[in-house]
Amino acid sequence: MKRFSGDISLVLGGAAGMGVQTVEALLVQVLKREGYNVFASKEYMSRIRGGSNSTEIRITDAKRAAFVKRIDFLFAMDKDVIPHLRDRIALDTIVLGELEKLRDVSEGCHIIDVPFTRFANELGNPIYTSTVAVGVALGLLHAEEKGLTEYLRDHFARKGEAVVAKNIEAGALGYAFGKHLAYAEGIEVIVAKRSAVAEELLLDGTEALGLGTLSAGCNYISSYPMSPGTGLLTFLAKHGNEFGVVVDQAEDEIAAINQGLGAWYAGARAIVTTSGGGFDLMTEGVSLAGIIETPIVVHIGQRPGPSTGLPTRTEQADLNLVLYAGHGEFPRAIFAPSTPEEAFLVAQQAFYIADKYQIPTFILTDQYFLDSVRSIPEDSLRTITRENFIIETAADYKRYAVTADGVSPRGIPGYGEGLVGIDSDEHDEEAHITESALMRVAMHEKRLRKMVGIRADALMPTERGDVKHAETLLVSWGSNRGVMEEALEVLNTPELAGLHFHQVYPLPVKAKKLFVKKKVIVLENNAGGQFANLLLLEYGIKVSDTVLQYDGNPFAVEDVVARLRALL
Amino acid sequence: MLDKKIYDMPKGTDMAWCPGCGNFPILNIVKMALAELDIRPQDAVLCSGIGQAAKTPHYLRVNYFNGLHGRALPPAIAIKIASPHLTVIAESGDGDTYGEGGNHFMHTIRRNPDITNIVHDNMIYGLTKGQASPTSEKGMKTPVQTAGVILEPFNPLAVALALDASFVARAFASDILESKDIVKAAMQHKGYAIVDIFQPCVVFNKQNTYQWFKEKCYYVDAEYDKTDKVQAFEKAFDMERLALGILYQDTSKPTYEDLVRTSQGPLAKQEVSREALEKLINSHR
Ligand SMILES: Cc1ncc(C[n+]2csc(CCOP(=O)(O)OP(=O)(O)O)c2C)c(N)n1
Ligand SMILES: [Mg+2]
Repeated sequence: MKRFSGDISLVLGGAAGMGVQTVEALLVQVLKREGYNVFASKEYMSRIRGGSNSTEIRITDAKRAAFVKRIDFLFAMDKDVIPHLRDRIALDTIVLGELEKLRDVSEGCHIIDVPFTRFANELGNPIYTSTVAVGVALGLLHAEEKGLTEYLRDHFARKGEAVVAKNIEAGALGYAFGKHLAYAEGIEVIVAKRSAVAEELLLDGTEALGLGTLSAGCNYISSYPMSPGTGLLTFLAKHGNEFGVVVDQAEDEIAAINQGLGAWYAGARAIVTTSGGGFDLMTEGVSLAGIIETPIVVHIGQRPGPSTGLPTRTEQADLNLVLYAGHGEFPRAIFAPSTPEEAFLVAQQAFYIADKYQIPTFILTDQYFLDSVRSIPEDSLRTITRENFIIETAADYKRYAVTADGVSPRGIPGYGEGLVGIDSDEHDEEAHITESALMRVAMHEKRLRKMVGIRADALMPTERGDVKHAETLLVSWGSNRGVMEEALEVLNTPELAGLHFHQVYPLPVKAKKLFVKKKVIVLENNAGGQFANLLLLEYGIKVSDTVLQYDGNPFAVEDVVARLRALL
Repeated sequence: MLDKKIYDMPKGTDMAWCPGCGNFPILNIVKMALAELDIRPQDAVLCSGIGQAAKTPHYLRVNYFNGLHGRALPPAIAIKIASPHLTVIAESGDGDTYGEGGNHFMHTIRRNPDITNIVHDNMIYGLTKGQASPTSEKGMKTPVQTAGVILEPFNPLAVALALDASFVARAFASDILESKDIVKAAMQHKGYAIVDIFQPCVVFNKQNTYQWFKEKCYYVDAEYDKTDKVQAFEKAFDMERLALGILYQDTSKPTYEDLVRTSQGPLAKQEVSREALEKLINSHR
């Protein structure tokens, strides 16, 4: 009897174009509808066909949001999957695939034959292999077949009755086979189902960010495709129509950010999305936003650099880039969500802060976060009420009126009797070029003064465990909240508590006291410990250790736990 | 018709242009065109980049976006999309538009937003003290091109025509009335309109002087068919005699803002449909 209980890691592997994504999407949907907690993350190569890609689906009693190395069930759709995932395949990993195809690479693997080719022949088309695989997985898990049938009916409805029927047949074939396997091989899987989960929303990072962007009243996006930032552009192109969102595919990233600024200048609410390389091209525009005091929201989906790096993989190495992007000195704010809830929230916050202080704000995500899917309760999505910061101008309007808090009331062209000018040169209150040293100082200080308010509005970090009494704080930012939380649970010691930042600049003054007399360990996906350095800069805190990883993959719970054990 | 004085800056405004610069008559031309078209300063936005020409918004009282070198067009497009009721003009130098901003020039033409692009073409980088610009003539000596420019000049009109610009014109700063009519027609044209306007630079370009332009230039006559693209190309490629006037116009092309907008009115007034958002969120179950 092989028993799997409470925490299953099911991995789907295959070449690009083999339908691994389809299996994942179907399986995750059906499992969620059945009431299982799911978390799926993927890794793939930068190619359209071939190679070897995989998706991990965790099916768990408690909500989980982290990658694990362990594989309980591996669906190997071709033989390249085995060498590709070799170091994660253990003796008790159950590999499901066609024995015929996997034979050469089967050494040290416990392979159970699933005759996908025969099934495909029976069904008359290899296209149904994905649905068969979904059926097999659900059969193995002892999920209810009804859920699968219903889902397939909904999902394929648009494609007509024949397609629906064929898929239901394929699903049933797989399901019966999976169930039989479980019986024959003595596999028992026990994971809790919850009716509340069945009602939840299923979102990946990109979708949560997109919904937050719409909720923020975004009505303009101009961007140039670059993975993994493209997803947001695609999301708004797909859903933006009904919201009146203008979608422009720019000729380059320079155009994108300059369009974004033009749009905000005229009263629209724009976002631009890109990745590190594209953002490099935008930096002059970021500096422009700084001096013209025009809001702009920039989403940067990080991937490993330098340069083209690993286009489809993950890293958190662009914090410094975003922190220092653009020449000269000017205020900014940087957000880094880890969960769909945080993404929905910080997208709105990024618009709000950009608008309120007339500054560039940044949403820093990464491939791992954007591509990961999980379910969340709908009421965990918090809507920020939109404030209107645009004024109707009077005839004597001055765009850069010097004010106590540094924020000059923002007018837009064509609304009121005044004229609205903005200037990339140093300027006077009316936005005309000046070289007066006095005026330069007045304007520079006015702009920099806004930092006081921006810092006061900074989002507090999330505490995990007994932060007050723990000796050591494990600090994470961006996509690593899930792995931080799970590592804490595994280690289960009062000695260690966690702190997760979803705003990484500026840091809230009030959170500084949480660090008093603590040993600090920072967990981040880069080689330089960029957030650790930022803690020193912002709080004067010297961290005692960093747990870093920069191989293009997200942290695995097992690795983090082992490395923390060595440190504690 | 408005009084063109409404676009004047207060008396005593310090101007950074050199005495005798071709930018002065161009400024006057643009003011006259705006006045004759009854465009209130509040309803116009002037976008510019960086350079001597790009300082125009500081001498002309309308709304303005004086942005980055080479980047006058992207904000102009966005402003027109966001607020279609505004008259949007992008005005910069030859270096700004055809050099640093070359990619935007190409792709703005392809989009065809309803904006007017006035390019002060002095065939030199003025503000940075006299290096070659994309339109500098072959052989012209500069502090950088010490042995003379070795490249053939960029041909903005031919490029615009090749990209199917819907309005292509050339003017000469000295000819105030003719140029005013050309700029006016450009502003009235619904779509992207380029006016490449010869602008003598009296300090750094000793080769293409007022006299030089006067001798080389002529106006296309009344019989000229501005819907004939082949003929327009011929004019654009003639480097011996430089044709002035509206060389090409196509009034049938849709504008970018009409194609890309899915809602009406200024984006500034748009509210989020909470109902639609709720529906979209719920579709993710
Ligand atoms: C990114 C960037 N590169 C270079 C410059 C320096 N620069 C300012 S204006 C200019 C050229 C101006 O030439 P043109 O556009 O023809 O304008 P003109 O001064 O002749 O009117 C250059 C190179 C700059 N401001 N920004
Ligand atoms: Mg020039």
